[in-house]
Amino acid sequence: MALKTEPFVLNIGPVHPSTHGVFRMRATLDGEVIVDLEPVFGYLHRGIEKLAEERTYTGVIPLTDRLDYLASMSNNLAYVLTVEKLAGIAVPERAQYLRVIIAELQRIAGHLIAVGAFLNDCGAFFTPFLYMFREREKIVDLFEMVSGQRLLYNYMRIGGLSQDIPEEFLPALDKFVQQMPGFIDEYDRFFAQNEILLARAKGVGILPQEMAINISASGPVLRASGVNWDIRKADPYSLYDRFDFDIPTGTASDCYDRYRVRIAEMRQSLRIIRQAMEQLPSGPVKSDVPRLLRPQVGEAYAHIEAPKGDLGFYLVSDNSIAPYRCHVRAPSLINLTALREMIIGWKIQDAIIIFGSIDITMGEVDR
Amino acid sequence: MTMTNLDLNNLGNLQKGLPPDWPGGFWWHLLVFTIIIIAFVMIMVLSFVWIERRGMARLQLRLGPNRTGPFGLLQPVADAVKVLLKEDIVPAEGDKIVHWLAPVVAFAPVLLIFAVVPFQNGGLLADLNVGVLYVVAISSISTLGIFMAGWGSSNKYSLLAAMRVIAAVVSYEIPVVLAVAGVVLIAGSLSLNDIVIAQNIPFILLQPLGFLLLFIGGCAEINRSPFDLMEADSELVAGFHTEYSGMKFALFYLTEYAEAVAMSAIIATLFLGGWKGPLLPPWLWLLIKIVAVFLTMVWTRTTLPRVRIDQLMALAWKFLLPLALINLLITAIQVLAWPDALPAVIIVVNFTIMAVLVLLWSRFSKLGWGRITAE
Amino acid sequence: MTLALAAKEVAAKLETKFPGSIAESNNNDIVVKSQSLFGLASFLKTAPGLEFNYLAAITAVDYYNYFELVYQLTSLKHNHSLVLKTRCYDRENAVVPSLVKLWRGADYQEREIYDLLGISFTGHPNLKRIFLWSGFEGHPLRKDYL
Repeated sequence: MALKTEPFVLNIGPVHPSTHGVFRMRATLDGEVIVDLEPVFGYLHRGIEKLAEERTYTGVIPLTDRLDYLASMSNNLAYVLTVEKLAGIAVPERAQYLRVIIAELQRIAGHLIAVGAFLNDCGAFFTPFLYMFREREKIVDLFEMVSGQRLLYNYMRIGGLSQDIPEEFLPALDKFVQQMPGFIDEYDRFFAQNEILLARAKGVGILPQEMAINISASGPVLRASGVNWDIRKADPYSLYDRFDFDIPTGTASDCYDRYRVRIAEMRQSLRIIRQAMEQLPSGPVKSDVPRLLRPQVGEAYAHIEAPKGDLGFYLVSDNSIAPYRCHVRAPSLINLTALREMIIGWKIQDAIIIFGSIDITMGEVDR
Repeated sequence: MTMTNLDLNNLGNLQKGLPPDWPGGFWWHLLVFTIIIIAFVMIMVLSFVWIERRGMARLQLRLGPNRTGPFGLLQPVADAVKVLLKEDIVPAEGDKIVHWLAPVVAFAPVLLIFAVVPFQNGGLLADLNVGVLYVVAISSISTLGIFMAGWGSSNKYSLLAAMRVIAAVVSYEIPVVLAVAGVVLIAGSLSLNDIVIAQNIPFILLQPLGFLLLFIGGCAEINRSPFDLMEADSELVAGFHTEYSGMKFALFYLTEYAEAVAMSAIIATLFLGGWKGPLLPPWLWLLIKIVAVFLTMVWTRTTLPRVRIDQLMALAWKFLLPLALINLLITAIQVLAWPDALPAVIIVVNFTIMAVLVLLWSRFSKLGWGRITAE
Repeated sequence: MTLALAAKEVAAKLETKFPGSIAESNNNDIVVKSQSLFGLASFLKTAPGLEFNYLAAITAVDYYNYFELVYQLTSLKHNHSLVLKTRCYDRENAVVPSLVKLWRGADYQEREIYDLLGISFTGHPNLKRIFLWSGFEGHPLRKDYL
């Protein structure tokens, strides 16, 4: 005689110590196993795209900070690249090299948070999170040196950077680049072979390669599914074709592979920073751009490889001082398309881990 | 032969633990020890809260509480005062009596465990000659309180967590009891005092596998990391005590740490030699050993991630239980066949057996299913 | 470097296969008529030599006379990209075929366009508002809202 069971609906979120931001998942549970999942967005929707239509082109830059607020420099970079493509503005070389250095530093910082939060979701009670924040503090200190801010930098400008780097930046960066590989080895030593982590994350939350391409996933999620696609190599921007680096990919498309891909990308970022520091020329850091920029009528789409994935901006101009339309291609939102397929069949604890391994920021999802 | 040593006509035994000129008789003994136990548990719980927060903080590269009093020593007091002043919120739809009784049912048995833990030779509330059995039985009553808490809050999260707790505790009782049975076989008695007296060599050396089993099983029983999915705050908010606030929450918090004290005390008594040790007074040795065991628990909590519920059950049934059975078998063979063997020989033999068993078994039964490698 | 395909050539190729479906084309993008969008898109996805298996982004713009939807298509295999556009001239009842069956990545993006601009997509499995709550009146990103 079979036991009569009945599924019940559980709301995970929106206020929850674990979901990265305000995000709600309506899960239908049969015992402990999730049989259906419906993600609910919109708790952080601020109308950034509509606000951008009211501001000048330079005035949109602080808005872009608040998209993926954990990787503001990358957002700034994507936006100014799009405006420069739209208006046909050339950027001096020193500014481009510095942009590369800063973008790669931002990538390391973003991945540190992603990995730390993922391990925190696994239950390691903040210890790896705090260890990784120790390194992130150094990066944030570097960013404070250049922009005066610790979180929402507003540093890039159309045509270059807002100001040149101070004197103490390069020695501090040098010291960081020398110490960081040792710390990444330390993380590998602690966590990569941890039995409990392997049991929790290996084979969990698989995103098959075909599905990953079909849902337009990007970033570490796509690469962990075995697709060798990185905008820095496929469609280089900002002098990335002058640097020599590898693209780590995964084979098993599970949470563990996403974690490994992020750790490996941190090492590659250090490689790029070292090369950029050696090749850094001198010169101006901003080309001459009018205060109230009025690009020609037209449109442009440019994308970069942000820490979360393929971040793109689509700008339409009607020759006025404000953009006619500013659209953000948010990698976090699109990576979430397959959340339901990845979670069904697993338990609540796995749902939290799978969601954490995709690494989203609600600022970007909801805009 | 009497069932206990509590022979009202001949109270000489009971006064073994008291100073020779103690004025009262049996009831004074009871009163004094009750007060000692309650005071001991309260002070130890407060100290453990402090040790855990400072210890975990130092392991995580931060300072921990250091403002309230020197070195943050008054932090637990501050926590207690804060919690006492909070409003007591009762969910409107839950079963009110069950909700009200749950903290009491969870906390009271933990105090009862200390009745049989010896603080010095004969210094315990009641030298039951079924001490071990009493401990195992009483410690299971707390689980009932936890389930009542999950049921009485009309909250799906709490119910889920409470059910997990029941599953886990029931599963881990068996390896724990079998590990303790090994100790009982060597010591020849169920009374905790006699077990300590029989430890000329601490049983951790004679029964390394048993110690390992009791430590892991004990951590699971008291819901400590890496088995703390009952109150996994990154998953189910706060597990079974989500809906509690104020003094009732404080009681659950106290229960968790009091269980930690109790489990550390049991481990210290059964495996580390209890109050035995040179130079220092016996109760101080017991204290040192309890704190040492607890520091190891804090260490594992800070370092290891959390296991999932089915992995937890798999660990109990497929890894700990067979090992516990094998441990019992080998101990029985040793006690029967070589009662006069040199302790050194037994130590070496047991350590080798433990190493072989643990390594072999971990190749065949992983935390998840099958063998996992991180290539 | 991702080659941005010369849209005029692709448009010529498409015109032979699907006559009458191209509204206009210039060197940057192809504008197709919305009725033939789905057929054209599936041809672009599977045709050898084109094989656009990755839909990078969908955007919608409100030019006062019409809505314009912009699809950024990429081929991971050949590393080339194409911009596909379609226009919708009816403001009250804007309807466009949905491309979710070809590229699932269109799912949330089309819901967002429906939510903020009011363009409906036929064939979308779950066309609900995504950022705003279901009782919300109006479509904020339209030029005549506020």
